[in-house]
Amino acid sequence: MAQIFRPSANSIAHASLLGVAIVPLVLGLAIAALSRSPWNTKVDVPLNQPVPFSHQHHAVELGLDCRYCHKDVEKSSFAGLPATETCMSCHSQIWTNSPLLEPIRQSMETNTPIKWTKVNKVPQFVFFNHSIHVNRGLNCNTCHGAINNMHITAKGNSFQMAWCLQCHRAPERYLYKDKAPEAQGRAPRQQVFDLYKKLQEGGMKSLDEREKQLMSGHFDGTNDPADILAGKKLINEYGVKTQQLADCWTCHR
Amino acid sequence: MPKQPLNDVMITGQQTYKSLDDSISSLILDQKRHKKPWWVMFALGVSLLGLLGASVTWLLYQGIGIWGNNIPVSWSFDIVNFVWWIGIGHAGTLISAILLLLRQSWRNSINRFAEAMTVFAVMCAGMFPLLHTGRPWVAAYWLLPYPNIMAMWPQFRSPLMWDVFAVSTYLTVSVLFWFMGLIPDLATLRDRATNKLAKVGLGIASMGWRGSNQHWHRYEQSYLLLAGLSTPLVLSVHSIVSFDFAVSIVPGWNVTVFPPYFVAGAVFAGFAMVMTFAIPIRKLYGLQDLITDRHLDWMAKILLATGLIVFYGYVLEAFYAWYSGNVFEWNNTYYRRFVGPYAWAFWSLILCNGIIPQLFWFPWARRNTFTLLFVCTSVSIGMWLERFVIIPMSLTSNYLPSSDKMYYPTFWDFGMYIGTIGLFITLMFLFMRFLPIINMFEMKDLLHKINHALQKHDEPHAEEASVGGGE
Repeated sequence: MAQIFRPSANSIAHASLLGVAIVPLVLGLAIAALSRSPWNTKVDVPLNQPVPFSHQHHAVELGLDCRYCHKDVEKSSFAGLPATETCMSCHSQIWTNSPLLEPIRQSMETNTPIKWTKVNKVPQFVFFNHSIHVNRGLNCNTCHGAINNMHITAKGNSFQMAWCLQCHRAPERYLYKDKAPEAQGRAPRQQVFDLYKKLQEGGMKSLDEREKQLMSGHFDGTNDPADILAGKKLINEYGVKTQQLADCWTCHR
Repeated sequence: MPKQPLNDVMITGQQTYKSLDDSISSLILDQKRHKKPWWVMFALGVSLLGLLGASVTWLLYQGIGIWGNNIPVSWSFDIVNFVWWIGIGHAGTLISAILLLLRQSWRNSINRFAEAMTVFAVMCAGMFPLLHTGRPWVAAYWLLPYPNIMAMWPQFRSPLMWDVFAVSTYLTVSVLFWFMGLIPDLATLRDRATNKLAKVGLGIASMGWRGSNQHWHRYEQSYLLLAGLSTPLVLSVHSIVSFDFAVSIVPGWNVTVFPPYFVAGAVFAGFAMVMTFAIPIRKLYGLQDLITDRHLDWMAKILLATGLIVFYGYVLEAFYAWYSGNVFEWNNTYYRRFVGPYAWAFWSLILCNGIIPQLFWFPWARRNTFTLLFVCTSVSIGMWLERFVIIPMSLTSNYLPSSDKMYYPTFWDFGMYIGTIGLFITLMFLFMRFLPIINMFEMKDLLHKINHALQKHDEPHAEEASVGGGE
């Protein structure tokens, strides 16, 4: 009886067996890695905008308050994007001939809003509210990364659910209050914006370790027992209902 | 008939190793043996499969609103059919695992066939819970525990989660068991095949089997290990399926006898389906010498025994509804089962599963093809009705009168169900045509043992490698 296969078929058979074991594993890991990579999440990937607006320049170098443009951030779910008039409140006086600002002038002239490219978004089935986060003293950078260093705005974090839950399952690692005596009486939301002021006036060296991490976009929650204890106190003070914070309906209603 | 040793009637006719090989392998190697009946059944299967395709497509396009399920009857045909199919698979596992460990050599001619039924039935069953989620393409992250970007983990306290593991383990072990057992036979077919394509295909599938001593040694060891693995599965899979109900607080789902009662029901349904297929096929392909009347007789006895356990379950369900003193249980049992709009389903169930199988107390009924087929069909219908009685009927009435609501299936409910029967028929008939439906090497082994026994018993006929006897 003639042989059906050549001897090399043995090697192919062995390789196939190995492949059956390895390929699904590698494929699974590759999908896992890709879905977490900037290729999918767009973290740190600057997006094209009609006008190359720099947060670093406006918020830190010039010292504009976040709320000058994102005026609803304390009161509304949506932080708000500035109307063309807001831009023009300065740019009708300075850089009036800058070619970079041509789209702003066009927008003003034709009375059509500028179409900014959305950088941070959550899916439609997620009910996110800016005001509650700001009013509990969570700094913009906690979610948006080192916005104070961005020339062209990029996403600071993945905004994947696992990332949200890091804080929603352990808010004490993220809640924060300035320890300086003069800051004690201030509303939590005031501290959010004061931190940028502090950075602008005193530079990085005026900040404590945690603030430095926050301002460089590397804050992933504290592990310092003292800070966690302080965070727990803030949870009590603010009345954060930790048992409900990671329930499905908190964000998906 | 004089009392004969067990093995004598497990193979009848003048059989040699060659005649065994010929009668089984020619089903694959000589495709001309498949005549009109095969094509009729295959056409039937494929057309019903088309109905399944249409039902699933419309379901995915439109959503599960096309089914009759609605609150409070959120589980209905989909879960009924799931449990029905999973149950049908159980005969295969029982035959291949438990009967192997108990050294019941009569299993040899039906195990391959029953194992294939297991695999196909679990495939049919698996479709239902996946489609019940409404979005099967995302069911992976709802059902499987893996570190995902949502930091979500399935609820391990839920029996539905246990079900995912029970059923997927069951499918994996059943497929492995089936395929392992096929390897020596595939090698036989490879050696006998003349067609180039068949040679290569069977050569790949038989994974280099040469029948060496070492091969057989390892085969026997791993087959035994797999049998050991499958044995608890026979009991665990349907126990866990019953937990889907028994762990809840719905009146009508609360009896503690559920797990053993479900397992017995599964074996009951499975053997009925094995016989429903085995009887016409052995006639169609002249395999009466291998699947003998004795086989059918014994399967009928198993059917009778498991049927009695199931009937005991029905009695206990009713008894505990009354004895527990729980008014909701009793109301549900009385007004939803004994009387009321669904009483027809309950009493047909008692007729199909409780009364008709009692025919098998009579030896003539176990030897007559017509009564066998009649009882088996009635059991298949009865087992479907049992799940219908338990699942949607219990849900139509719970604690508040305001949540009483009738359940009406739609065309698509039936479409999915009948469609999966089409899938099953298609797969079974393809299996018959392209894989050996009876385990050739185990039959040869059995023949060897019979010859050996005869040699000892009856020296003068020692040279003749054939068996006389039969009925």
